[in-house]
Amino acid sequence: MNKSINQIFFFLFLLFLQVLVLNNINFLGYINPYLYIAFVFLYPVKEERFTFLFVSFLLGLFVDFFSDSGGIHAFATLFIAYIRLFFIRVYFRKMPADYPFFTLKSESFGKVFNYVVTLTIIHHLIYFSFANFSFLNLSMVFFNTLYSSVFTLILFFIGTYIFTKDE
Amino acid sequence: MQQIIYFFQKFKYFLFFLLLELIALTFTFNNLNFHKSKFVNSANNITGGLYTTLANSTEYLGLKTENEFLSIENTKLKNQLEKNKLFFSKDSMIVDSSKYHQKYTYTQAKIINNNYSKSFNFLTINKGKNQKIDKEMAVINSRGVIGITENTSNNYTRIQSILNKNSKINARLKNSNYFGTLGWDGSNYRTVQLSDIPRQAPLKIGDTIETDGKSTIFPEGIPIGTISKINHGNTADNKVDVQLFNDMSNLGYVYIIRNLDKEEIQSLENTSNE
Repeated sequence: MNKSINQIFFFLFLLFLQVLVLNNINFLGYINPYLYIAFVFLYPVKEERFTFLFVSFLLGLFVDFFSDSGGIHAFATLFIAYIRLFFIRVYFRKMPADYPFFTLKSESFGKVFNYVVTLTIIHHLIYFSFANFSFLNLSMVFFNTLYSSVFTLILFFIGTYIFTKDE
Repeated sequence: MQQIIYFFQKFKYFLFFLLLELIALTFTFNNLNFHKSKFVNSANNITGGLYTTLANSTEYLGLKTENEFLSIENTKLKNQLEKNKLFFSKDSMIVDSSKYHQKYTYTQAKIINNNYSKSFNFLTINKGKNQKIDKEMAVINSRGVIGITENTSNNYTRIQSILNKNSKINARLKNSNYFGTLGWDGSNYRTVQLSDIPRQAPLKIGDTIETDGKSTIFPEGIPIGTISKINHGNTADNKVDVQLFNDMSNLGYVYIIRNLDKEEIQSLENTSNE
């Protein structure tokens, strides 16, 4: 019970951080971090995935509501939520029996880095492809993905470094 | 039968994922359609309310420029008034107010959410149906054109910015009748593109582009920007770049213009199509 309340607060915190602060940064005119996908990285891994998929979709959709982007954020966020398990299997070599004990904190930095970078780039690539909505300016999509990914990743690793307690 | 149940058992997450992705795609396509984007937009009470709070707290930062623009605009209006006084100051002139026909009404509103860095940009303002704001009304400020209202809720309205790839506004070269279509290619928020302007139009760098008044949305002669680049190639659409008077990254208060003759004009135009 306590855990799910924490999740709800984390959900709302990321949503408001994204739409009220991060969407308005416009670094160098157009580069924004999309840190709200940290929700997907940090959500507990379970066998049952309906809740997780739906909540990820909702988070993306709420960001869409605020940024007038139709369903692009929802699409991209749901996509990385769905393929997350595959990358957890590949990078961390986890079996279903290990899921309840799996946290990013207990893993080595290199593995976590690979996992987060992969999902971030996939998410941003989908998001910017749809935001561009044409086959022109594909270089723009590529550069946007690159710059925003770097921005998001820097914020994510700084954030996790600050907020994880050394136990 | 057992096979079907087994199939659903095996692919339940994938099917759920597909269903949600389809919903997201539907929203995405509808969002880019001027007449269909009903559901997912920032003109609802929750997003509008939050953006209002945010706008209220950051308003101080723009007060200085906002005041400057207001005083410039006041000067301009006062000068226009003086011109009219001359006209009314003749002795024994009767102004029959019943013959005067007002064509436009202006409503002021505040921009509470502004986007300019994407390909399809929208703005949100703090007025809506309760303040008689409808679809397809012109949005301007003292420096020029901003966009067209699109989605209205009771208290908020979403505006399709001129910095939106779907935006099409009828515009002309100032002091002439050569007109074209104003659109945006999505690259730079300071310049928009005017296309389909006749080849014989005497275009020069620095010439002013303004609205043409051939639509039921914008009144005539609202400034847009100045020509910044002319492509001398023989392209079919004869595109020129127009540098906006407005700094779209820094907008405060706007005017929404209602065209009082809109229904009449549209009903006329529709009867001719039958």
